Order: sequence, then C-alpha cells, then structure tokens
Amino acid sequence: MEDQQNSIPVTGGKPEPSSFRLVATLGVAGLVSGFFLVGAYLYTLPLIQAAKARALEAAIYEVLPGCVRFDAYDLKSGALVKAEGAATGLPRVFAGYDKEGTRIGFAIQSAVPGFQDVVAGIFGYVPETKTIVGLKILESKETPGLGDKIFKDEAFKGNFVKLAVEPEIVLVKKGEKANPNEVDAITGATISSRAVVSLLNTGMKDWKGTLDKEKKK
Amino acid sequence: MVLGMCPTMAVTNTAINSLAMGMSTLVVLLGSSTLVSLFRKAIPEQVRITTYIVIIATFVTVIDFLLAALVPGVHKELGAFIPLIVVNCLILGRAEAFASRQRAGLAFIDALGMGIGFTFALLAIGIIREVLGSGTLFTIPLFGKGFEPWVIMVLPPGGFLTLGFLLLGFNRLRKKT
Repeated sequence: MEDQQNSIPVTGGKPEPSSFRLVATLGVAGLVSGFFLVGAYLYTLPLIQAAKARALEAAIYEVLPGCVRFDAYDLKSGALVKAEGAATGLPRVFAGYDKEGTRIGFAIQSAVPGFQDVVAGIFGYVPETKTIVGLKILESKETPGLGDKIFKDEAFKGNFVKLAVEPEIVLVKKGEKANPNEVDAITGATISSRAVVSLLNTGMKDWKGTLDKEKKK
Repeated sequence: MVLGMCPTMAVTNTAINSLAMGMSTLVVLLGSSTLVSLFRKAIPEQVRITTYIVIIATFVTVIDFLLAALVPGVHKELGAFIPLIVVNCLILGRAEAFASRQRAGLAFIDALGMGIGFTFALLAIGIIREVLGSGTLFTIPLFGKGFEPWVIMVLPPGGFLTLGFLLLGFNRLRKKT
C-alpha cells in the first residue's frame, strides 16, 4: 500500500517541463510503437492467412466425406468461374472431388447472427441428392457449456450427416426428428440451434439455384 | 491485494486458456516494466501514464498478432480478452508503483515474479473450473461417462464462485499463521 500512496505525483520543487518536451515524448513513443506494430503485423500477416487457409482446407475435407481434392469457384454475374489464388471479394464456393475425380458436392460458407456473436460455418451440399452431408462451425462465441454444443455435441452433429434441404430445413424439439429435413435442437440452446439451421438455410438460399444447375463432371 | 483479476472470469474456464492468458500477461508485464524502468528518467511525470499505456498497448498488440499467427486455436478461444490486457490494472499498477522508480534489473525481476504469480492464480481457477465444469483437465477426460458436468462452472458465475472460495481458503490460511 505504501507504494500507491507515494505514486501521487508531486509536482512541487521540480520545474515544469516545456510543452514541447511533453509532446515530443509522446510523439517519439508513438513513432517507435508504430514501427513495432507495423513490423509485427507484416511479419504475422502471411502466417495468419496461412493458418486460416489451412483451417478452411481441413474444414472442406471434413464436410465433404470422401473428398480428396477441391477447386474454388467464384460467383460472377450468375455463373461459376474457377478462382485462382486469394479471395477476390466475390462469393466463393468449393467443389470437392473424390479419388476418381468425380465431383462429390460443394462446400458452402455461410454466417448468421447467433446468441452472442456471428456464427460462421461451412457445410457440404450434394446437389444430386439435395442433401447436406456435413457441417463444421468455423467461428462462434456461443455460451460455453450450452451454445457451444453446436460444435461439440456429437448427437447434434449427427443431424448433418444426411439432411434433406427441401422444402426447407426445420428445427424441431430434441427427439422429435421424424422427417429427413428436420434437425433435433439442443436442449437449453435453442437460439444457437436456430442459428445453425438459419446458417444452413441462408447458405442454401444463396447457392442452391446456382449449384443445382451445375452438371456433374 | 487481488489486482488485475478482471480477465479471470471470462477466460479461465479451461486450464489451457488460463495458461495462455497468464503467459501473455507475463510477457507483456516483462516487456513493459523493463522499458518503463529503462526510460523512467526520460519520461516527464505529466505524461507518464499515457506513455506507459502506449508501451503496454504496443506489447499487447504484438502478442495478439503472434498468438493469432502461431497458435490460432488458442487465439480464437481468448478472442477479445487479449487486447483487454492493455487495461489490466496489474500491468499499469506495477509500471507506476514499481518499475517507474527502480533499476531495470529489479523491474524485470519484479515483473517476472508478478507474472508467474498471476499465471499460477489463473491456472488454479482454470483447473478447478475445467475439472468441475467439463470433467476434463487440459482436455483429457478425468471421469467416466457418468459424470455430469457442472455447466455453471464454465460460465462467468463459476469464475466468481471459484475465486471467492479460493480467497476464502487463502484468508483462512493467512489468519492462522
């Protein structure tokens, strides 16, 4: 406690430093700090982007079972155009292929508001059967222990192994799933469950029309 | 004194998060205390707090970038709480109360001790909350399937509860001696 009492500034005695000196001190501190920040940013940026790309890549393989290779496509004036390299700002979708080179389906990214913050995810869609074959939540700040079950609870994940998307994905109370387009909610995490369903429906609304037209290669 | 426990509630729901938070704070504390001490004669009294904040914020931001680049998983879990180290009263408190009036060597040792202590404190809370709230320790399951996790322990109220009980225990020990 002694230290704290001493820390009250005692300005008597010493002459007041000039305003120039005060401004200069802060200016120098800010300048040096700026250099460090820019350096750290430039150094870490490629690493951060690489980590993100790796996570996305792993997610694509996860949501499209059997997928061994994928291509990125951008949506440009209503048509899919093969994309090369970094993001172009256009909506992007990934086509996954199996060992024989047959297209299995598409990995679609989507994001919707959740309970706390945005819930972003990627899911695998097979246009031929009109089903969702896998889902991975990439970003979420849902409540630990409750809402985070949307990516931790195995039973909930089981909803997305073979989920029909037509006419629309519907959330039902836990244990009441009877139709292929229904998702069992998580008890105690209705809003998070609803967010996941809305994530899928939003993604489908954005992409279904385009993807269903794509011929199987 | 229970300085700088502000981040405890949010991030100590698992042992690994506690450890990451403690280590990040330790590094920031070491860097800022040493720098503050080195430049203590050059920094005019009137702008000292502002200068300290600039120094601390720089270290925190660099740590934030580094964590995002090297351990993206941990960075994702800690989220907004890394930038919030800037306003942790422990760091500014030590800069103001100790580093600004001592030699750099002493300031470094002080920061080291404070940082390690802080890490231990966070870790203690994190271990208790993870074991009771998730039934795991460093994500290794401890109990069989029959264990029902105490969900409240991983939520913020569990942090307050744990901190309260720990302080109760420590005060009892202190009184005895």
